[in-house]
Amino acid sequence: MDLLDDRKRQVVTAGEVRAVVCDRPSVAGSVTQRACSFCGSRVVLYPIADALHLVHGPVGCAAYTWDIRGAQSSGPQLHRLSFNTDVREEEVIFGGEKKLARALRELVVIHKPKGAFVYATCLTGVIGDDVDAVCRMATAELGIPIIPVQSEGFKGTKKDGYSAACRALDQLIGTGPTEGIGPYSVNILGDFNIAGEIWTIKGYLERMGVEVVATLTGDGRVDTIRRAHGVKLNIVQCAGSMTSVAKLMKEKYGIPYVQVSFFGLEDCADALYQIAKHFGDPEMMRRTKEIVRTETEAVLPELARIRKDLEGKKAALYVGGAFKAFSLVKALRQIGMQVAMAGTQTGGPADYEHLKELCDADTILADDSNPLEMASWLALRDVDLFIGGVKERPVAFKLGIGFCDHNHERKIGLAGFEGCAAFAREVHATVTSPVWSLVPRRAGRGLA
Amino acid sequence: MLDMTPATVSERSALKINPAKTCQPVGAVYAALGVHGCLPHSHGSQGCCAYHRSHLTRHFKEPVMASTSSFTEGSSVFGGMANLTQAFGTIFEMYDPDIVAVHTTCLSEVIGDDIPTIISKAREEGKIPEGKLVVHCNTPSFVGSHVTGFSAMVKGFVKYLSENTGTRTTAVNILPGWVEPSDMTELKRIVAIFGLPAIMLPDTSSVLDAPATGEHAFFPKGGTTLPELKAMGDARATLSLGSWASLDAATLLETKCGVPFQELDLPIGLAATDRFIQSLKALAGVDVPVQIEDERGRLVDVISDMHQYLSGRKVAIYGDPDHVIALTEFCRDMDMLPVHVLTGSVGNAFETRIHAILADSVPNANVKAQGDLFLLHQWIKNEPVDLLLGTTYGKFIGRAEDIPLVRVGWPILDRVGHSYFPTVGYLGSLRLAAEIISAIQERQDRDAPDHAFELVL
Repeated sequence: MDLLDDRKRQVVTAGEVRAVVCDRPSVAGSVTQRACSFCGSRVVLYPIADALHLVHGPVGCAAYTWDIRGAQSSGPQLHRLSFNTDVREEEVIFGGEKKLARALRELVVIHKPKGAFVYATCLTGVIGDDVDAVCRMATAELGIPIIPVQSEGFKGTKKDGYSAACRALDQLIGTGPTEGIGPYSVNILGDFNIAGEIWTIKGYLERMGVEVVATLTGDGRVDTIRRAHGVKLNIVQCAGSMTSVAKLMKEKYGIPYVQVSFFGLEDCADALYQIAKHFGDPEMMRRTKEIVRTETEAVLPELARIRKDLEGKKAALYVGGAFKAFSLVKALRQIGMQVAMAGTQTGGPADYEHLKELCDADTILADDSNPLEMASWLALRDVDLFIGGVKERPVAFKLGIGFCDHNHERKIGLAGFEGCAAFAREVHATVTSPVWSLVPRRAGRGLA
Repeated sequence: MLDMTPATVSERSALKINPAKTCQPVGAVYAALGVHGCLPHSHGSQGCCAYHRSHLTRHFKEPVMASTSSFTEGSSVFGGMANLTQAFGTIFEMYDPDIVAVHTTCLSEVIGDDIPTIISKAREEGKIPEGKLVVHCNTPSFVGSHVTGFSAMVKGFVKYLSENTGTRTTAVNILPGWVEPSDMTELKRIVAIFGLPAIMLPDTSSVLDAPATGEHAFFPKGGTTLPELKAMGDARATLSLGSWASLDAATLLETKCGVPFQELDLPIGLAATDRFIQSLKALAGVDVPVQIEDERGRLVDVISDMHQYLSGRKVAIYGDPDHVIALTEFCRDMDMLPVHVLTGSVGNAFETRIHAILADSVPNANVKAQGDLFLLHQWIKNEPVDLLLGTTYGKFIGRAEDIPLVRVGWPILDRVGHSYFPTVGYLGSLRLAAEIISAIQERQDRDAPDHAFELVL
């Protein structure tokens, strides 16, 4: 298909020497799949379940982020309500600070939360509300930490919103007691407990003899985050969203971190080994090897069965951050699938270079793609599977292609060893579904 | 665990909890999708556009295309003219729509971008190719709700494109309001039975209920066409269905093009559909066709057969004003008791109208415009109901209070069918009545002790 000249530099095939141009704003007028800073901040902080999340801005920003991410909590569910100042014309003229202060007072009466995050939006940013000042006053008056999040949408993409969320978390970390935290202690950063995934990971760590102090932010709690600085190691899973918190904690508290992924057998085993290696306890390493062995053995036969059906089939993926793309390319290879296209919303230059190494020479790599491009590539390469999020799903289905949600709306945990099997099962079910033989474009090809 | 609502209503002047509305721009997107070959364009930060597309996709399970001006911090200081001008270039080069429907956001409104000026400059600079159209509407998110945003976009199309050429046609304009593609199909079917040529704006049928063909149509085959949009100005009359969503455009068609209009409710339920049918009858100058009379008869038949299950059942109704008004009247006519009626949208007229509908049957009903679902939940805690009637967002209340929910309105994020089976007209109302009755009977079966659990209901 014809790409805008301006876009061409953001698309390469993996075998090309040319680098993917990325880390730039979307061209105005494109049907970009990207979102804004507010969205980034909101998805990162939202899973903290006993905090109150107040959106200071128009109703839309609150309505669209009300319980859209299946970030599960084992206890409180306060994060699943939608709190909003519903800024109206009057505040646009006279300022919204008073309304924000009133809203904070009103909500503390009703919900008595452990803490609150106040999200700035485009609107309150452009009318110049001093959200910081209101939060400071409210913290003093109401006796709970009320933390401003500088998440004005126009400040950038989701990635910039992640940074704003990290700065907000930084205000909370280090404010609680660290007594009783053991030598083999970690925080898990960058897992949001979609479909309960953090519980799977926590299970492995506990079996290794590792103490998980805080989970940021999946199944998160205000009090554990306040004492997160007491650990000996940070485990960073979603690198794009949480590395800056890990870096901050390294600078401030001298806590080292490892970047890992729990998606795919290879990456998951590697993650556990890295953690065991860090603590240097031979007994822990022995237990870890045992876990990797038993867990891998438990899923390998099924993966092999599935692989037989999927061998040689083609996949395309379009995800938010690059780390997930790396894991997915490897996980797909494990079940015999080739990656025909891989794209991300917010990958950086080094990420795309790494993707080139991982992918086949003819794999299309695209930064900040749009549905028109993607639909043409999916048809051109005749792929059997598309992996993406809510906006990509119907495009795949219209083309008669299998789809796997690896974003907010996935309903089955895909992390960990058992997650690999779940992923393989889900991919197998959709790729080999008889429904695609009903779609005219693919009719008559027979079932997979 | 999900029940975090205290029964005692405390004073809230600044805080909204669990909204019963969203912001204007998503309505503008939905309306623009109902015009053929039209690309909705969001003049603001790109998150707005992403949210609107995602939310519409969750409701329709369909691809939703819209472009964005992708505001940056710089645009928020220097204005969005450069972004919008560049956007036109990108849009026509890359997606080649026939028409671009620009709507504003809170950000571009506060900055004060003057969209008509930007459009005419872009045209002068050749960024808008010859023969291509651009329309706009203002949809600041701090005013109105998604419903008024829809209304503003429909009005925008009329303002830019409808023309009175001096020759009246026999066509009737149907402004269907914010309803499903299935409803638009059903309305067209009913109007055609009367033999009336009709133009519908917007028309999302065959856009957001598109069949699977194995291809992805960036511009699906449905939607009001540009010749139709123009010809609306020559029509002999306009039927405005649902005042919140349609009245502004209907009024403009009258003042701008001299097309008289009739203000009607959404034709959901017996009485509202009767009024719609009476209008069609008068316009067509014919008797009500037998086919339509029979459809009415079937609805009456089902309500009669099942009235013992409906009588006296308390119901809470919430959602968009046009829907809620029609649903309240329908429930009243089926001898149900709408004890709590709420919309998130603005308008004293809403409260007045609901009180009027319920004056005899439920004079003390709780009625509120600009409410939220937290308040609705509190009302229900203080006066329980047998049924919830509204959007998916009520499912939290339904679970907390163990009350069945019949989904109707926008958005429905967790079920399928609404975009394919109508709720307007007698047949659509019959379907809705059947869903209500089924929900009540399901509950009766579930709760019945063994000795009272019966095969026949």
